[in-house]
Amino acid sequence: MQEAILSGLALVATIDQRLWEIVALSLAVSLSAAALASLLGLPLGAAIAVGRFPGRQAVIVVLNALMGLPPVVVGLFVYLLLSRAGPLGELGLLFTPPAMVIAQTVLVLPIIAALARQAVEDAWREYEEQLRSLGVDGLRGAVTVLWDIRYSLLTAVLAGLGRASAEVGAVMIVGGNIDGVTRVMTTTIALETSKGDLPLALGLGIVLIVIVLALNAGAHLIKEAAQRRHG
Amino acid sequence: MSDILPLRLEGLSYAAGGRTIIAPLDLTLAAGDSTVILGANGAGKSVLMRLMHGLLAPTTGRVVWRTDGPRRRQAMVFQRPVMLRRSALANVVYALDAAGVPAGQQARLAREALAEVGLVHLAHRAARVLSGGEQQRLALARAWALHPEVLFLDEPTANLDPGATREIEAVIKAFDVAGTKIVMSTHSLGQARRLGDEVIFLHQGRIAERAPIEKFFPQPASPEAAAFVKGELPWA
Repeated sequence: MQEAILSGLALVATIDQRLWEIVALSLAVSLSAAALASLLGLPLGAAIAVGRFPGRQAVIVVLNALMGLPPVVVGLFVYLLLSRAGPLGELGLLFTPPAMVIAQTVLVLPIIAALARQAVEDAWREYEEQLRSLGVDGLRGAVTVLWDIRYSLLTAVLAGLGRASAEVGAVMIVGGNIDGVTRVMTTTIALETSKGDLPLALGLGIVLIVIVLALNAGAHLIKEAAQRRHG
Repeated sequence: MSDILPLRLEGLSYAAGGRTIIAPLDLTLAAGDSTVILGANGAGKSVLMRLMHGLLAPTTGRVVWRTDGPRRRQAMVFQRPVMLRRSALANVVYALDAAGVPAGQQARLAREALAEVGLVHLAHRAARVLSGGEQQRLALARAWALHPEVLFLDEPTANLDPGATREIEAVIKAFDVAGTKIVMSTHSLGQARRLGDEVIFLHQGRIAERAPIEKFFPQPASPEAAAFVKGELPWA
């Protein structure tokens, strides 16, 4: 066990070429998914927060429930969409990194949208009267609020990114864990552990944790600095 | 000189959740005199001002300004102002921009407004880190920049200490001198006397009394107002 940890650390320290490629692909896939999901989820969350439409409460309940979507189910769903016989089979995306991005986007979109919805709704309650008094409403009001709470929204985006980089089920199913093509950190850890190559699995595990920690620490520092500057 | 006044409320009422908050009332507010709205908690002061300002839609009746499209000619300062997460100056500029003031004039007008309330030295400070009194003065600057014909103030000094209250009252006086019609609710009878020319006394959503300030305090005509003034001034 101790030996495995040490070799894992050694592997990280020497930045093994193979390990580096896996880390790079993981980051590329999860960052793309989080970016795409933010692009769709932040406006969606804001619209639900500010909008008044029938069935709004039901939409909120469903959205919150979708935060807990099991990755393997998302993977299966996207697999069916992208498989040869599926509606998007023509695109030939199955077992490619873009398929993994799609699956992770579907997975984290509800998380980002639901957290954004809550943040915008709280802020809107505070701002609405003042903004309407200034003659600001509709789209302009929504944009003002989104911009004003941008550092809080960072938390929503990070939650999505964290979920994306930590999940294994969805990328395993739609990516296929093909060496050198769709193998990412989490799928490698699962595979190497079952094969008994603990050093590589542990090395990747350490890298994964360090990345997630660094992202959260960075976001925390940004939020703190913003809080001090803007109140 | 006034374009949008007088303001007429015709059969105006407001109910929420099955509860009548403002009973149907008629009221005309002309330019000039500063109007102070008094009344106990829950009498409907805030709701009445929000109806006049257009933040709430009346359940029945109408709010009629002399001319149409008065939104930009009136401003409101709330009990707790909401500042955007940007500098004090940028908050005033935002209001000017929202009011459609050409970009070339915004910075100059915003500076003038900050000077008026004595906040020029804090122009580049983040608005949200200012003290309560400073934020309320900034809210007044935001209103000042728009040169409104009517300024609604909803208990503007309710959360402030005496020093900050004095500063706010000085700015409200300046609005009055500049020709802005003041419509203010307050809990402080002293403030009503210092700033008001006439009193509208609300009791359970009705106008129990409307009288010039010098008449209202010595001898309120309605029993509700008499009890209120007596209760507020137990030593008098």
